[in-house]
Amino acid sequence: MLEVNGLTKSYGKLIAVTGVTFRADRGETIGLLGPNGAGKTTTVSIIAGLLSPDSGEVLIEGKQVKSDTDPVKLKIGLVPQDMALYDQLTARDNLTFFAALYSLAGAQAKQAIDDALNLVALSDRAGDKVGTFSGGMKRRLNLAAALLHDPQILLLDEPTVGVDPQSRNAIFDNLETLKKRGKTLLYTTHYMEEAERLCDRIVIIDHGRVIANDTLQGLHKLLPVTNVIAIELDHVDGFNPQQMLALPEVKSAALEHDTLRVGVHDLSRGAPGVLRWLAENGHSYHHVSSEQPDLETVFLTLTGRSLRDSK
Amino acid sequence: MIPFLALVRKDLRLFFSDRKAVVVGLLVPIVLASFFGYLFGGQKGNAETSKVSVLVIDQDGSDISRSLITQLAGDKSLDVRPSTLEAARDEVRKGKATAAIVIPKDFGRDAGRALFTGTGENGAGKPELSLLYDPSHNVELGMVKGILSGAVMQSVSKEMFNGSSGREMVNESLARVENNPRISADDRKALRDLLGGVRELNERQSREGATGQLSGGLNMPYETREQAITSGQGVEYNGYAHAFGGMGVQFILFMGLDVGITLLMLRQTGLWQRLRAAPLSRTMLLGSRTVSASLIAGFILLVLFSFARIVFGVRILGSFAGFVGVCAAFSLMTAAFGLMIAALGETVEATRGYSVMATLILVMLGGAWVPTFIFPKWLQRLTIVIPTRWAMDGLDGMTWRGLGFSSALAPIGVLLFFTLLFGVVAVMRFRWGTD
Repeated sequence: MLEVNGLTKSYGKLIAVTGVTFRADRGETIGLLGPNGAGKTTTVSIIAGLLSPDSGEVLIEGKQVKSDTDPVKLKIGLVPQDMALYDQLTARDNLTFFAALYSLAGAQAKQAIDDALNLVALSDRAGDKVGTFSGGMKRRLNLAAALLHDPQILLLDEPTVGVDPQSRNAIFDNLETLKKRGKTLLYTTHYMEEAERLCDRIVIIDHGRVIANDTLQGLHKLLPVTNVIAIELDHVDGFNPQQMLALPEVKSAALEHDTLRVGVHDLSRGAPGVLRWLAENGHSYHHVSSEQPDLETVFLTLTGRSLRDSK
Repeated sequence: MIPFLALVRKDLRLFFSDRKAVVVGLLVPIVLASFFGYLFGGQKGNAETSKVSVLVIDQDGSDISRSLITQLAGDKSLDVRPSTLEAARDEVRKGKATAAIVIPKDFGRDAGRALFTGTGENGAGKPELSLLYDPSHNVELGMVKGILSGAVMQSVSKEMFNGSSGREMVNESLARVENNPRISADDRKALRDLLGGVRELNERQSREGATGQLSGGLNMPYETREQAITSGQGVEYNGYAHAFGGMGVQFILFMGLDVGITLLMLRQTGLWQRLRAAPLSRTMLLGSRTVSASLIAGFILLVLFSFARIVFGVRILGSFAGFVGVCAAFSLMTAAFGLMIAALGETVEATRGYSVMATLILVMLGGAWVPTFIFPKWLQRLTIVIPTRWAMDGLDGMTWRGLGFSSALAPIGVLLFFTLLFGVVAVMRFRWGTD
């Protein structure tokens, strides 16, 4: 469906992406995960035909986009990161214009517009100017504008930036509906929970390079620990978490404020030993819980840096 | 065709969506053009111009000086007021008066002598009139000097042929002629006859009252008959035609600049990504913008000239087809100018700065503010390469000059050449990638 092979793009001495390779099959949702400036938007821009790569290729159903007017572009719908709407026009007028860019007119365009407005639940606001919409409504309309020509592949460049949780959930519902309809989605984000919720496969990109490409379960296997025990200590003065690495089940130990996080492979075997060690060494605690490692942990493990704070 | 029409229609809808901006955008050039049109002759070219403020300091107090002041005050172009030397200096320095004429003591006597002998008292040089002037009013100074020359000639000669001091001076001049050994016998006889004739005339005027041909002094030996050459007999010049053309050119150029800046800003938005992701050719993207900008420019010209027609009676006295052709060619040129700005611009802020400067230069050198004939010769030659100059020539030619279609061909051709030039630069330098 979508094949990205060895994409490289530089701006002078700045390497935006290098050797980026992945594929997305029909009906599959691929998460392109990485911090700001990792190369996600450059990758999407090349796939959408907005930028030419220095090397590498993008194949849409086995075909390259060869010109601005190449019909292959009809198979792609782009939801840009920036809002791509005219505030002065109504929602319907915006969609009529974007439909016309794909040569849709008359009844065909009307049907496509009605379907798109229905999907994003904005039919009742179709006659209102976009300038009067909330940020979440604009985001949904931004998505609708990319669906009018019924593309098989949808490129979503951080489509939930700046929206409230309710609108974000509405967009997720829209995307899950599209996924059920067999659309291929490429979803870029730096929110791990979004990638975890939506994506079948996750491509982690950092400094323009793909550093991981797997399912969520596959990525978890890359981790040295599969469970984390979080223990809130009563007193932390003089406590050295490194001492706990001497225990056979313990793979990592870190203290954040008064919370001790201990990574173990096997929770049932590791937890009793850890709690016993704390009691024997005079460290009292008032709360214990266990955590599953998330993509943040995966990114931290792979790069040594936090996903959201990465530069 | 559907995408192209949609792109053009969208631009037009966006332009007209902000009705206040459209109204203000039309109102400003109309107000300015009305103002400039009034200044530059107004309707039928008969608007009264403001008088030049002139102060006169009479240190002589003679019949001639009083007559001179009366002559000056009678000129419709001058506003003459008496003053003192100090007060006059102060007013001219502060710009409250354009010039001050100082009539020195004995000016009347010395001028009378100098009229026949070319010298003043005891063979001294001609008497001098001091002219204090505001250096920022050079053009008016020339006019004041011209009026002053005529008034002095008339006042002095009037006194010579009619006044009592004139009789004394003629007698004195006769005595000088008789006693001057350097004058040859033939010249002496001729001067004696001339001065004798003047004395006889003066005495008769004195006896019979000043009613003869020379009772008012020497007059200019000619009169001028002014005839404005316009589109035809009896068709008077309408200064609003040039003013509305000039303001139209200026504001349409600014609209073109706005097209460029908007396009530059668009390239930094998601809208540009969406447009580029659609299967649209670059020609269609830029071409549609050219067409929509041209239509908006045409609309602005239509409204401006319709207003000028209804309110100020501006008419297209030449070829209507030529007028439409010049408007269309200028509109296209402006659209291409806007695209070139977008193509060459790096940042919005910097581009706005240099393109405003370029636009103002085009407007100024094109003669949209003031006619190009007041420019120095070298600058007038330079304006041949300024497209706005051709637009102004074309609009003037088709409106108040009343020229035929053939006279519109050169402006149309030059404007289309610039359209092509700007368009090629725009296409070649346009950065199609996202910023």
